[in-house]
Amino acid sequence: MTITEVRSERLTTSRAMVQAIDLAMERDERVIYLGEDVGMYGGIFSSTTGLLDKYGPSRVLDTPISESAFIGLAIGAATEGMRPIAELMFSDFMGVCLDQIYNHMAKIGFESGGNVKVPMVLTMAVGGGYSDGAQHSQCLWGTFAHLPGMKVVVPSNPYDAKGLMTAAIRDDNPVVYMFHKGVMGLPWMAKNPRSVADVPAEAYEVPIGKANLAREGTDVTVVTISLSVHHCLDVAEALAPQGISVEVIDLRSLVPLDRHAILQSVAKTRRLVVVDEDYQSFGMSGEVAATITDADPSLLTAPVVRVGNPDVPVPYAHALEYAILPRPDRIEAAIRMVVGA
Amino acid sequence: MSTTTSPPVASTSTLPAELRVSLYETMVLSRTFEEAILREYHADKGPGFDIGKGLIPGEMHLSAGQEPVAAGVCAHLTTADAVTATHRPHHFAIAHGVDLRRMTAEIFGRVDGLGKGRGGHMHLFDPDTHFSCSGIIAEGYPPALGMAFAFQRQGSNSIAVAVTGEGAANQGAFHESLNLAALWKLPVVFVVEDNDWGISVPRRASTSVGNNADRAVANGMPGVRVEDNDVEAVWEAARTAVQRARAGEGPSLIEVHTLRMWGHFEGDAQGYRPELAEVAAHDPIPAYASKLIAAGNLDAAAVERIRASASERVEDAVAFAKASPVPDPATAHDYVFNERSTR
Repeated sequence: MTITEVRSERLTTSRAMVQAIDLAMERDERVIYLGEDVGMYGGIFSSTTGLLDKYGPSRVLDTPISESAFIGLAIGAATEGMRPIAELMFSDFMGVCLDQIYNHMAKIGFESGGNVKVPMVLTMAVGGGYSDGAQHSQCLWGTFAHLPGMKVVVPSNPYDAKGLMTAAIRDDNPVVYMFHKGVMGLPWMAKNPRSVADVPAEAYEVPIGKANLAREGTDVTVVTISLSVHHCLDVAEALAPQGISVEVIDLRSLVPLDRHAILQSVAKTRRLVVVDEDYQSFGMSGEVAATITDADPSLLTAPVVRVGNPDVPVPYAHALEYAILPRPDRIEAAIRMVVGA
Repeated sequence: MSTTTSPPVASTSTLPAELRVSLYETMVLSRTFEEAILREYHADKGPGFDIGKGLIPGEMHLSAGQEPVAAGVCAHLTTADAVTATHRPHHFAIAHGVDLRRMTAEIFGRVDGLGKGRGGHMHLFDPDTHFSCSGIIAEGYPPALGMAFAFQRQGSNSIAVAVTGEGAANQGAFHESLNLAALWKLPVVFVVEDNDWGISVPRRASTSVGNNADRAVANGMPGVRVEDNDVEAVWEAARTAVQRARAGEGPSLIEVHTLRMWGHFEGDAQGYRPELAEVAAHDPIPAYASKLIAAGNLDAAAVERIRASASERVEDAVAFAKASPVPDPATAHDYVFNERSTR
């Protein structure tokens, strides 16, 4: 028997993300990182800490506040054989550069009949919970996922953050990589204990498009993503002693969506709650519910319950913001309603 | 670096006869191509005019009158250089050497087209010549920066040429791109085709400066405006800009006051255009032929030969396109991603 030493270290989600980028840059000169404050500052949400020191300003590039120009630059560089990572500081800022993202990054492969590839990663911080107001707290993954031609990954923990980043960099398609500020393990923001975990030291891939069965259960399936995974696991742990067995599925990516995992779980539990920090209407929660009704509505023994942002711009005042976020109290109430407890 | 607006460029020296004939041939090929597209486009739009009907459906933006810009700029390029063009891309595609058959097949929406029928005439992508275009005003500029950036990193001598119209010079992406290209000294040549009209809006109603070269200077790069729609003046301005980019000295901008001979798109009656009756008299191609004949570079027989040769190539491309199969509707889902199994 061979004993293989598995090296791992305890990392925050942000450190795990940076480690994946570091390992990719080490082995592939075509990988560069560009964006606002990604150099000396290390990324406003610590997405690039230490990379400037190791790779220098020719590969870790601070850009002007010109998102159309530098995201477009990444697109052009990708079509000419590089593998750039461009950072949009907040997903909320997509409004100033969306044309490059959805009309160019996402469509060039298609319009060229597959003759041109755009192998790039577009990273961005998402989410609220810290009173940053209506223009700095949105998730918007449903918006990106709605527009064809880009993969959309949203890791919830250190292991997935590293593995999905590695997979995103190696992917020949454009990949939008959204990191929730609340899962990064930042010292200056409230964090869930799951924002720190043991992560293998070497490079590895988490396949894009495969959901993670975060917790097995039998009474109800909760499908969720990003920071809400942490809340759902907390609620599931609290309800277990009360005899409510909750299965939690972390989608990990919206595009591709792992419909098989959703169907398989609901076929077992016959009940579905969807928890989504993004705006509720026309988004992820509706798509997950439709996955069941398109396939076999009879799988369900109770109506689907959705816990999302009730289509309200994210308010500033703490009390108001926490009234619209999918917090554990709302998640617990939804689960109790569905299981009739 | 000194950044001053040069006075309007005019042709001063005499170009070699061979180059002159070559510039003329490029312009004639482009015009001949567009006349054929015009014919095919309108062949089956009736009764009346239904934009979605016919062998070539959809919007059609033709570049007749603007050939001097493409011919003059692309004469300095090889197919290792990148060009990002606009919604009005044919003259640049042809001048840059995009395969005429596959380009035509794409315009006809056929499987042998550059994009296998997924792109259409505003979305021509040819990796062999690093040619692409975008239907969104000014948004072809940012990707050109990245192509130039990649060439620079790869240690190649290639450059990127980014084309827009004068209307695009009022877009954010235009200004962002100029600043970033100058800041990072990227090997880019920005080309602004000022054809006086943003669809129906005249330049004087859209643009606060008389000369977009001033905007180049404002962003730390040289800018020139070529006032005549003269292929040789464009050629000279482009020579300087291309040399500068290849020498690693950074980007430049060339604005050319050119001429949109036809509508914004086919079907545009141009009722907003008071000078319409005079447009044909300003056609740059017969004017250049006369100049070359007067200089002894061409004679009437050579003009006819060039025209016939262009026509032969164009009709071959049209026949190729028409013979190419229509895409199978069952393949409509293909190429959204690089692998097919992501749905």
